[in-house]
Amino acid sequence: MSIIVFAETTETGYKKSSLEAVTVAREIANRTQAGPVVAVVNGQASDAASLGNYGADEVLVLPGSATHSPDAAAAMLAELARNKNAATVIISNNYTGKSIAPAVATTLNASLATNVIDYPDTSAGYKVKRGVFSGKAFAWVELKQPVKVLAITPNSFEIRESGGSATVADAGVQVAGSRLQIQSVNKVTGKIPLTEAEIVVSGGRGMKGPENWGMIEDLAKALGAATACSKPVSDMGWRSHSEHVGQTGITIKPNLYIAIGISGAIQHLAGVSSSKVIVAINKDPEAPFFKAADYGIVGDAFEVLPKLIAAATATSH
Amino acid sequence: MKILVCISVVPDTTTKISFTDNNTRFNNQGVQYIINPYDELALTRAMELAEASNGTVHVIHVGTADSEASIRKALSIGAHEAIRVNAEPADAQFVAAQIAAVAQNAGYDLILTGRESIDYNGGAVCGLLGQLLGIPSVNVASKIDVSAGTATVEHDIDGGREVVTVQLPAVISAQKDLCEPRIPNMRGIMAARTKPLQITEPGAATAASGYVAFELPAPKQGVKLIDAENPAELLYLLRNEAKVI
Ligand SMILES: Cc1cc2nc3c(=O)[nH]c(=O)nc-3n(C[C@H](O)[C@H](O)[C@H](O)COP(=O)(O)OP(=O)(O)OC[C@H]3O[C@@H](n4cnc5c(N)ncnc54)[C@H](O)[C@@H]3O)c2cc1C
Ligand SMILES: Nc1ncnc2c1ncn2[C@@H]1O[C@H](COP(=O)(O)O)[C@@H](O)[C@H]1O
Repeated sequence: MSIIVFAETTETGYKKSSLEAVTVAREIANRTQAGPVVAVVNGQASDAASLGNYGADEVLVLPGSATHSPDAAAAMLAELARNKNAATVIISNNYTGKSIAPAVATTLNASLATNVIDYPDTSAGYKVKRGVFSGKAFAWVELKQPVKVLAITPNSFEIRESGGSATVADAGVQVAGSRLQIQSVNKVTGKIPLTEAEIVVSGGRGMKGPENWGMIEDLAKALGAATACSKPVSDMGWRSHSEHVGQTGITIKPNLYIAIGISGAIQHLAGVSSSKVIVAINKDPEAPFFKAADYGIVGDAFEVLPKLIAAATATSH
Repeated sequence: MKILVCISVVPDTTTKISFTDNNTRFNNQGVQYIINPYDELALTRAMELAEASNGTVHVIHVGTADSEASIRKALSIGAHEAIRVNAEPADAQFVAAQIAAVAQNAGYDLILTGRESIDYNGGAVCGLLGQLLGIPSVNVASKIDVSAGTATVEHDIDGGREVVTVQLPAVISAQKDLCEPRIPNMRGIMAARTKPLQITEPGAATAASGYVAFELPAPKQGVKLIDAENPAELLYLLRNEAKVI
């Protein structure tokens, strides 16, 4: 019984979320006495063997060098899971992963759990912990099928280096076709993707207008953070929709979330309240965000931010 | 064009979440239920596409009679017919299997879902339906146009957006930016009363998972306030106390 884990590459190596996924696969293999851990790599994989350091025993590289459409990746992944008699398939709960996991689970007649945030409890049956109600609660779900497909939420598991090594081989499957024809891709380059960021600096309507976002960006730069915003900010076109976090935007789970000029409405908190540490900066001491925050500064963002940026820049080297 | 929109019925976004029966069940006391906001977008876009092509829109919901008010609302927004599969929506895989059984051979050109239901946040039904029906699926679309049997879809990918085309039939999940959700008007509300709402019993599928317990996040310790004149103190605490920078 193997454990299969899907690993995505970037221009510079592996996605952080993929290293988390490999770590999780290793840990589940150890806990359930299953194995080997087989990492299936999508895309260019110059340093495939390095996945051994995170716990992979075997690395299989999918054919075709470019990154595959989700349907093609899912078909190949399911075929490999079957060949390798997989008990568990681990996939990141990002856009790519969430497009792949349902198809894999259906093909394998497996139980599917998305948004998984902790290691399974296998003391009786097989239970996983998932985020529900947009971060307002967690649920333990019993997975009933013999095979499980878990989509794990980025930033929920610590990456562990095991110092192991892995064998590398071609996956040995036919390239699966895709029914999606890609017409154009518009990737935000040079920025940390919001869902992968460990630190997020976020601005709300209190920032008054798009012309003031330089301060948000400067603080983000000094901290190595991604930027986000509240819904009205993206609705008014001050910032791109892809930065909108909350109930109807993106749910994020960074180590640190800094909310500046955001009131802390329940729908906003829904998307960010799983952050490990929350900082609120708001001129209104009654702003609801202070109830959800670990640290707070009551003050005018236009006075606080320049000082904060200066201090962060001074210590960022 | 014949379009099917999958409607999930969820607690209103302002609901304070709590659980009962020793934290094994969602506490629905006094909870206001609404159509999942993303599904409302899917429905509105479906109406626009149907109007442009002289088509029809059906909505489907897997759930108990408790959700009928929300289904009627979907009809008053403009859907022509509704189908309710009379079963507890145990998990995304069960829901998708029930919808697939209805949609199979029913001749839908397009099936729309929301990107996720805001209660259980599975985000899975769209992909599950695609695989079950053997048709392409595209997640989190912010633009859907249809011409000559092909859908052009702008959707989110990791770190950006992408435009893809797929041959119909296809299943696509909706997110914000797709359209402005329609609000039912008086005429729509009157018309909805006489529109067909078909109730079918569930097929054989069983749930692949089951909810056993719920937890609320640990309450925050309380906020530690830092003097606005000395924000460097904040960085010091984040570095040495919280250890997050
Ligand atoms: C169905 C539904 C879904 C929603 N989904 C989302 C969602 O996903 N994400 C989301 O964010 N919202 C969402 N909302 C909207 C949400 O209810 C709030 O309206 C929104 O979050 C408010 O944004 P804001 O905090 O930026 O603006 P405001 O509420 O206007 O707050 C601005 C804050 O800035 C402070 N401020 C003003 N000037 C300064 C200054 N100079 N310095 C410091 N602070 C200052 C004010 O004290 C205030 O607290 C949703 C609403 C609904 C009904
Ligand atoms: N009980 C249900 N009945 C009909 N459609 C549903 C149901 N549950 C979920 N869906 C659809 O699937 C989408 C994604 O839901 P989920 O996978 O549960 O997050 C929703 O936005 C709906 O379009």
